[in-house]
This record gives sequence, C-alpha cells and structure tokens, in this order.
Amino acid sequence: MTRQNLRKLTERQSAVIAAVKADGELGRRIRDMGLVPGTVVTVCGRAPLYDPVALRVMGYTLTLRNNEADYIEVVVED
Amino acid sequence: MEATIALAGNPNSGKSTLFNALTGARQRVGNYPGVTVEKKEGRYELNGIKLNIVDLPGTYSLTAYSPEEVVARDFLVDQRPALVVHIVDAANLGRNLYLTLQFLELGVPVVIALNMIDVAVERGIRIDAEKLAHLLRLPVVPTVARSGKGKEALMEAVAAVVQSRAPIDPLFISYGNEIDPVLSELGRRIQAAGFLTQRFPARWTALKYLEGDEQVRALGAKADPRLHAELEAAVARLADHLQSTADTYPEAVIADQRYGFISLILKQGVVTRTGDLNRLFLSDKIDQVVTQRFVGPLFMAAVVYGLYHFTFGISKAPVAWVEGFFGGLKGLAEAHLSDGPLKSLIASGIIDGAGGVLGYTPLIMFMFFGISLLEDSGYLARVAYMLDRVFRAFGLHGSSVMAFVVSGGIAGGCAVPGVMATRTLKSPRERLATLLTAPFMNCGAKLPVFALLVAAFFESHEALVMLAITVLAWAGALLVAKLLRVTVIKGAATPFVMELPPYRLPTLKGLLIHTWERTWQYIKKAGTVILAISILLWAMMSFPQLPEVVQAQFEERRAAVLAAAPAEIAAEMAAVEKEAGEGVELSEQAQAVKEQLLTIEAEKAGAALEHSIAGRIGRALEGVSALAGFDWRTNIALVGGFAAKEVVVSTLGTAYSLGEVDPEESGSLSEKLAAAPGWRPLTALSLIVFTMFYAPCFVAVVCISREAGTWRWGAFSMIFNTLLAFTLAVLIYQTGSALGF
Repeated sequence: MTRQNLRKLTERQSAVIAAVKADGELGRRIRDMGLVPGTVVTVCGRAPLYDPVALRVMGYTLTLRNNEADYIEVVVED
Repeated sequence: MEATIALAGNPNSGKSTLFNALTGARQRVGNYPGVTVEKKEGRYELNGIKLNIVDLPGTYSLTAYSPEEVVARDFLVDQRPALVVHIVDAANLGRNLYLTLQFLELGVPVVIALNMIDVAVERGIRIDAEKLAHLLRLPVVPTVARSGKGKEALMEAVAAVVQSRAPIDPLFISYGNEIDPVLSELGRRIQAAGFLTQRFPARWTALKYLEGDEQVRALGAKADPRLHAELEAAVARLADHLQSTADTYPEAVIADQRYGFISLILKQGVVTRTGDLNRLFLSDKIDQVVTQRFVGPLFMAAVVYGLYHFTFGISKAPVAWVEGFFGGLKGLAEAHLSDGPLKSLIASGIIDGAGGVLGYTPLIMFMFFGISLLEDSGYLARVAYMLDRVFRAFGLHGSSVMAFVVSGGIAGGCAVPGVMATRTLKSPRERLATLLTAPFMNCGAKLPVFALLVAAFFESHEALVMLAITVLAWAGALLVAKLLRVTVIKGAATPFVMELPPYRLPTLKGLLIHTWERTWQYIKKAGTVILAISILLWAMMSFPQLPEVVQAQFEERRAAVLAAAPAEIAAEMAAVEKEAGEGVELSEQAQAVKEQLLTIEAEKAGAALEHSIAGRIGRALEGVSALAGFDWRTNIALVGGFAAKEVVVSTLGTAYSLGEVDPEESGSLSEKLAAAPGWRPLTALSLIVFTMFYAPCFVAVVCISREAGTWRWGAFSMIFNTLLAFTLAVLIYQTGSALGF
C-alpha cells in the first residue's frame, strides 16, 4: 500500500482514490464526475503529448490534465 | 389540461435523441435570456394532456460554475415545471444518480428514463428498475431513445405524475455528524427568516451556502445582508473545523456523502454486474488505435482535412446555384430597370446583399452537419483530448482546432461557419478567445487579394509566399489568443475534466434536425442584419454621386469619341447596343472605339468612387495610412473589403480606373499595380499582412456578436483587429523602408 499522486500512475495501473485536495470549480468538477475517496481508477491512456490522461472510472472514461491530477491522491496496492 | 415538463440529464446520455423522438420536428429553438445557451422546446400530447417539453442543457451537476447549469437551475426554480424527466445512462447509473439527487433535494418531482438499457445489458449490467423506483420513490422507466423503445411507457408515467399533482417534499440526505447539525441549524434560521424561501427550499439554501455557491450567496447578500453574514460566519467556522480536524472541505464532505447515499441504494440489489467492470469494449479498442501516439495525430489530420473538404468541396455546387440564381436576378433587374440610383440599390444593394446572406447557407449547413457527425459519434471529444496540450498553451481548447480549420486554417475556408463552429466548445473563456481569433485565418475571400499581390510582386516565389501566409495566420491567431487570455479574457483554464463517451453511430434524424435548426437560425437572426448592413455599405460606396457638371464632362467626352468615329462605325455600335449582344463580332475599328468608351466609363467609375463617402474616408485616412504604405486608393479598397474581403480586388480595380475587376481574373490589375508609382514589394507585403489581420468582414462580425452574446465583442473584433493589423503593417513598412527595401 503506497499513497501517491494520481499523476504518477503508469498506464494500465489501478488505484483507489484517497483524497481530493481541490476546491472551487475544479474540485467540484472532479467530484461531479465521481472522483471521490474510495473510487477505483485505472489509467487507460495518455494523449500523444503525455497530457491529458484518460482514466477508467466506474465503467466510463474520463480525461484529466496532469496538473489537475496533481490534486488527487491515490493508494496503490503493492 | 396543459403542463410544462423539463428534460434533463448528463451530456451523452441520449437526451437530445429522446427529445427528438418525442417531439419530432415540432421544436422551437431560442436562447435563454442574457446567455448564449440554447433553449429548445417541443410539444407532446397524451390522453388529452398537452405537454410543453423543455430540453434543458446537458449537465453533470447543478452548480453555479457554468451558464448551462445556472440556466437549468433557474428554470427549475422559477418556472416550476410539473416534473423533470431525468434521462439516465443505464451503464453509468452511479454517476448519473448524482444529478438525480440534486433535483430531488431541490424538491422537483422526477421521473427517471433508464436510457440505453440495451447497452447496459450488453455490458453485463443488470438493473432492477422496480427496486430503484421503490427506493427512490419515483417512477423509473427503461428506454432506448435511439429506437424509441419505452417512449410510450415513459410518457404514461409522466402523465400519471402530472395528473396526480401530488406535491413532494425535498429529499433529505444525511451529510454526516459534522455537517448535519450545522445544516439543520442554518435551515431553521433560513426558514424562520423567510430567507429566499420564495424560490428555494430552506435546507437547500443552507446546503448551497456550505458548498460556497456564488449565485445563491449573491442573492442572499442582497435579500438580507445580516442573515447572510451570519450564515457565512457559520460556514467559515465549520470549514475551519473540517480543515483542522480532517483536512477537508465542506463541499468535499457533501459530495462524498451524496455518493455514499447512491452506493447504499445501488448495493441493495439494484445493480448486478456480470463480468469485469473494466473490460475493454469495442469503443476502447477503437481508442487504442485512433488515440495512439503516432497513428492518432495522423488519423486526426485526415479527419480534420476530411471535414474541411466536406464543408467546402461538397458545398461548391449549391453555392454556385445560389450565386447563379442571384446573378440571374441581378441581370434581370439591370435589364429591366432604368438607369439611376434605384436600379443600383436593387441590383447592387438588395440583390447582392441577399445573395451574400444566402450564399453562406450551404457552407453553414455542411459545416454543422460535419461537426455534428463528429460530435455525436464521440470523436470530437478525442480531438480535444489529443490537442489539449498544444492549445492550452495559448489559452484555448483542443476543440478550437475545428473553428480554426473551417475559418481558413487550411487556406480557403470561411470565418462565418468557422465562428459558428465554436458552439461545440463548452468552456466560455476558451470559446470566446477562439471565436475572436478564428477570423485571422485565410478565408477563401482573402485568397484573391493575396493572389493579386503575389502575382504582381512575388511571382517567382509564389508557393513559398502562400505557405508563409498560412503559417503567419496560425501564428497570429494563436499568439493573439494568448494575448487576449492574459488580458481582456483573463481567467484560469476551464478544467478539462471531460467524459470520453463511447463511440456511437449518430442518428440521421438527429443530425438533420440539428443542421436545419442552426442554418435556419442563421438565416432568420443574422440574415436581416447582414442585409441591412450590405445596403448601408452599398450606399457608402455610391453616395454622394458625382456632381452633374462632372457627369456631363464624361458624357461630352463620350460623345466626342463617337462623333470622331466614321459614320458607319457609329451605326455599327448603335446596332450592337440595340441588340444588347455581347458576343457580336465588331470590326477592328469599332473595337477600338468601344475600348475608348470603356476607358471613359472606368474613369468615371473611379471618379465616382473617389467622390463617395468611402472615397472620402479613404482620402481622409491617407495621412495616417501612408505610414503603412497605403495610398487613398488602397484605403477605399480596404473599406470595401469590410463587405467581403474579395471586394478589395474589385474596388482597387475601380479606383485604378480599370472598371470592376473580377477577383478571379485580376491579371490586368496585377500589371497595373506592379507599374504604379508608390507600389513596391514592401507595400504589397504590408497590405498582405493588413488584409490578413484587419477587421473581419461584417458578416463574420455579425456572427461573432451573436455567438458571443453581445455586440461589444463584435465591435471589439473590428477595432482591435484593425489596430493590430495597422501596427503590424506599419512595423513592416517602416522597418523595411529603413532597411532600404
């Protein structure tokens, strides 16, 4: 069990969200899309310039910029 | 009995498809007051109940952060629809119910359409609709909007709720032992003071204060400043407490608890899954190819080029029909009306103006069809995803690329459909920056101007100069976008938290309705303004007319030429004129006489133009424009170019007394310019840059104003672009002159 930044996940890696540190509009958008503590996310791809990242969340696909992913902490099963 | 109901749901939940299936072509499209969000309404009749269905914008939530959400929320609060039909993507029940809860907390009756149930089943998701209905205490009807399945059952359920007219209490969710006591306390005080209770349930207002909702707080501050301050203080205390004890925010706790509430419901046997939740479906497999690091950009370039070709290639024929029709009409008017201002008004003002308005419609139609196809299929979201990194650097959005390309990013587009293409952009600041900079691209109307100048001064480097022109337009648009985003449209990048919807085959019905609505809106709303302005521009170029003395002088010269010609030649010319035959062979001598007459005619037109308001503006500006190397003739041409950029060529022809020059065949004008005093390659370069960046044609300005929602942005684009273009032109001309070019 390691706690780390969502940005650092590699492709195909899964993790559980531990905390979302953003507030304001960004925080609200992140939570509106179901990214709340306890949700499982899987990195399913990165754009050609490695940013944004595409995530698999609750059975659908979501995109997020790297600097937005920085606000999300995840726990990875070792 | 009549009732209004609202359709709501997440983007990509099939809401528009269901709306189209219910109302067919009986739709009205308008705008919500004060914002550019589209308002669609339609009618449906069932068992004698007349339903007015309002299609609310697709949203994930009901915050105050986006105009779409504010509009949806205000509609629910102020118009009090009998109920909301919430279209829920059955395959994403958890995330979709998050919005349902917000409707229920607002105290609005809800009927759930469990849409795309077929896709859910395919993906191994089984949903117990009855159980969900029981737990949420509202009707849940499985539907497949594409095929219309479940449509009748859904509307039966709607009719039952409308008829029962049972008032419902707002849903009460527990937000945990930190928030609940505060929420109840604030709710009590709000209720007791009657604070905003006309519009919102008391507990909801309290909740919005905890979430830091700006709209509600602004309303509260106005309604009762004292209670507002007390509420703010209580919220601040709670926020501090949460921060120090749990390192979190009230709004985070609220969101967590909402999702907790949802998962409690879903766990009671509502959803059962067979198979792996993260299994790769067809859509994911497509994405592995079309968003792949190397294949992705290539495929995207092909799609974007395809859209460009589709818009401008296929619409060529219909554009030619429209032009042919108005050309014929103009010919008829010219043949049957007697000479004078009325004839000129009808032929050059009204008919050319109306032709101008309708000439754009095929472009707009094909562009919207193409873009809707990309949007509905889900590919446009991938374009935004792949290009975000590049465009974000300039304060734009990945989808901005569509507007730029259609506007002339591939030389030869048109800014009018280009500006309209920004509608697919949901981020307001990025969208505004895009629609203000898209007109810098080299549209098809600027190309004849460039061709003329390149042919006259840079003939040996034609290909290179044309390439440089395209690169310059992109560089200019992107840099100016960046400039605007750090000055007048300042603000952080809109979050790129975006769904990549599964690929879907768009429905033809949806595409056609969409295309038709947008095109009709353009004709109806923009068309009248455009017609009026084109008549105004015509008047500027035609009035005041030459004084009679001067007109008489030209007439005398004409008469003198005819008198000097031998009698049989004059007779020959008169005979030809009577038959109005243009193809008739004239003898060599007669040809020479005719050319003399044409020269006089062209000189007269040149004198008349110089005498007109436009001519006077051109003269008056000469002192300033000389800094960029432009004389009064160029100035008049540039004023004319505000009508449409290719008019620069024909006006320049008139000003140089060559008569009206066809923009497509400007060889004679090229020769004239190459030899004219005051013209050198540097002048041409300065003019090329000015033409590229100065005020968009007024049709584009009208569209910018409409898309931006206010005339101010239209005026801004005229003034700002012209100043920018002039600065650049002066810089080029002065530096070049100093360097001895």
